[in-house]
Amino acid sequence: MRAAELADRVRAAYPDVVVARDEVTVIVDRSDLLEALTGLRDEPALGLDFLSSVTATDWPGRSPRFWVAYELYSMTHGYRLRLKVGLEEGDPRIPSVTPLHPTADWHERETYDFYGIVFDGHPALTRILLPDDWEGYPLRKTEDLGGVNTRYRGAFIPPVDKRTT
Amino acid sequence: MPVERLGGLHLGRGEDNALEEEVRRGILLSTLDRGVRWARKQSMWPVTFGLACCAIEMMATGAGDYDLARWGMELFRASPRQADLMIVAGRVSQKMVPVLRTVYDQMPEPKWVISMGVCASAGGMFTNYAVVQGVDTIVPVDIYVPGCPPKPEMLMYGILRLHEKVRTEGQFK
Amino acid sequence: MSATDTSSSFDPTDASPSEHLRQETMIVNMGPQHPSTHGVLRLLLELDGETVVSCRPIVGYLHTGIEKNCEYRTWQQGVTFVTRADYLSPFFNELAYCLAVERLLGTEAPPRAQVIRVMVCEMNRIASHLVWLATSGLELGAVSVMLYGFREREMLLDIFEAVTGLRMNHSYIRIGGVVMDLPPGAEDDVRGFLATMPGRIKEYEDLLVQNPIWIERNRGVGVLSVEDALARGVTGPALRAAGVGRDVRRDEPYCGYETYKFDVITRTEADCYARFEVRLEEMKQSLRIIEQCLERLREPGPVMVEDPKVRWPAQLEVGPDGIGNSERYIKHIMEESMEALIHHFKMVTEGVQVPPGEVFQVVESPRGELGFYVVSDGEHRPYRLRIRDPSFVNLQAVPGMVEGGLVADVIAVIASLDPVMGGVDR
Repeated sequence: MRAAELADRVRAAYPDVVVARDEVTVIVDRSDLLEALTGLRDEPALGLDFLSSVTATDWPGRSPRFWVAYELYSMTHGYRLRLKVGLEEGDPRIPSVTPLHPTADWHERETYDFYGIVFDGHPALTRILLPDDWEGYPLRKTEDLGGVNTRYRGAFIPPVDKRTT
Repeated sequence: MPVERLGGLHLGRGEDNALEEEVRRGILLSTLDRGVRWARKQSMWPVTFGLACCAIEMMATGAGDYDLARWGMELFRASPRQADLMIVAGRVSQKMVPVLRTVYDQMPEPKWVISMGVCASAGGMFTNYAVVQGVDTIVPVDIYVPGCPPKPEMLMYGILRLHEKVRTEGQFK
Repeated sequence: MSATDTSSSFDPTDASPSEHLRQETMIVNMGPQHPSTHGVLRLLLELDGETVVSCRPIVGYLHTGIEKNCEYRTWQQGVTFVTRADYLSPFFNELAYCLAVERLLGTEAPPRAQVIRVMVCEMNRIASHLVWLATSGLELGAVSVMLYGFREREMLLDIFEAVTGLRMNHSYIRIGGVVMDLPPGAEDDVRGFLATMPGRIKEYEDLLVQNPIWIERNRGVGVLSVEDALARGVTGPALRAAGVGRDVRRDEPYCGYETYKFDVITRTEADCYARFEVRLEEMKQSLRIIEQCLERLREPGPVMVEDPKVRWPAQLEVGPDGIGNSERYIKHIMEESMEALIHHFKMVTEGVQVPPGEVFQVVESPRGELGFYVVSDGEHRPYRLRIRDPSFVNLQAVPGMVEGGLVADVIAVIASLDPVMGGVDR
């Protein structure tokens, strides 16, 4: 199976590997991120040179709170790999990977916009999808969904996250 | 928030008021008034304000199969200064609000607004931080066309109701 | 526009007046409300005369908060949200989402459902390329192409309406399969479409392929080299026009694509004209795939998994007022079986329970590689849903393609990239 084979090749350099549902996930520390990405790209047997997506997930109450996930693909071999980095709540900073993968530019801006994770070394880290003067980071689990009550046939129905039924 | 109620199919309702108006203002002015109102509804040019999925249905309404040219409306003006109808087609996000208001303000009088689709009319399925819950909080709306997205026939019905409204309720300014 | 320096140092007899002319660049907003930017895209252009010195795309004018909204809705309701992200290819959004959730669940849709999924997706690809052709033609001045493109699209939308009930944003592909089987007569409609479409594509070719104005406006314009494209993460027809034969349907097949015969179209010139050719050819390849689907649809079969914890509980059929629960099913839950009623209630209100985990599922949408990153924590709702939209990534390549060219070429470049702002902003 390709996922297991890929996991074995990767495990030598990066021991924290999880294989699930035919996918390989490698977990590294924030300080090893750029080195890991360079290594995964330059290793001829792996050749993971295409970054599909950069995103984050918020797990409030857990440590680390934010998990940033990088989806890599190899154009030559056709492998997929996910690289994850955990960030603590009080310190949501991570080096930007734009020097290696310029495509991460807008992905990182979106992650900053939604979660407030600061990417050090990003050329222009500003809000991208929300208005420039928006306050707050809406996709964090601690933020509300927003929206107003809907008036329908005399009743006021709150937005989804406020409904008690 | 102000809601314009059209009522049922009382298309003749405007005619009763029109008769009184005529008697009060004299026959000459009211005939001119009727002529002006007829002219306004005959060739109402929309401004291109298609935002999301409803914009595609609006384009389909303007294309060959459901032809808007039969009412003289196939010419979507890019410049709001040359348009008299704004069809807000699609979900309006918070970032788009100042743009929407600016384009509306740039349109010369008389102007009308059709809110196409549920997202423009009431926020649609997106009751959240990002979508404005109804454009009638920003611009005054004349006709609401529900649907997600409304079929071209529904949009045409809304446009025809607007034409009726313009023909029967306008006032000479 | 340059500002002429009218101070006293200006000498009309001077042979080289340009030294006295103060050149300033002009910053122009190709604003969110524009007839030619394919939606609410804002481009901040710095112009020196007609030449673009720098270009900055600003997006976010259609941000809808779909990702956050899905976290508060059940898994099945997610289909209706996700389908409106990239609104020109709704089936692809639904397909990627449902494939991701099915991977998390560990199930697979039955074979007939897979064939129907492939068929509607390929029809959607043709419909999306038709809108691209229509709007590109309109923006570059070929207004009749707009009318032709929408005429063919209406044929497809009629088929979609017969099959799914809606012309756009269908919510037809559900977790575990598709919501209903094809109605009688749908296959004949598709066959009729397959018979007329090649002739119509030939009409477009006759109109545009050797049209000197079309060639003049598209050839050599907006060149995106392979290195730039890969560095920027561009996928889809833009990457294939640069020479890289990357197609998710062939490289990471899903829904049985490995069993269909189709070609991956590439060109090497990497300009707008090459992208135009790639998309035209892709329409023909999609017709080929649809024909193969029709062959496979001869055998009947279920269109939804049997597992009662996953499948939509009701047997839906077309009634007097649209699609709804069948009479027999209502009789069963209301009169015959209490457990069935409770099960129906739980499945509809709470929905599927998906085991914890995360998955990244890609499909080949008409614009490129559409990826869904779905995280579940074992609940009845998604924990995190990220849509890796191809238009979002492709737009990053616009400054590189446009800077140094003319303003009019900006329109051609954006049209050839075919971004859909619903996917960019979600």
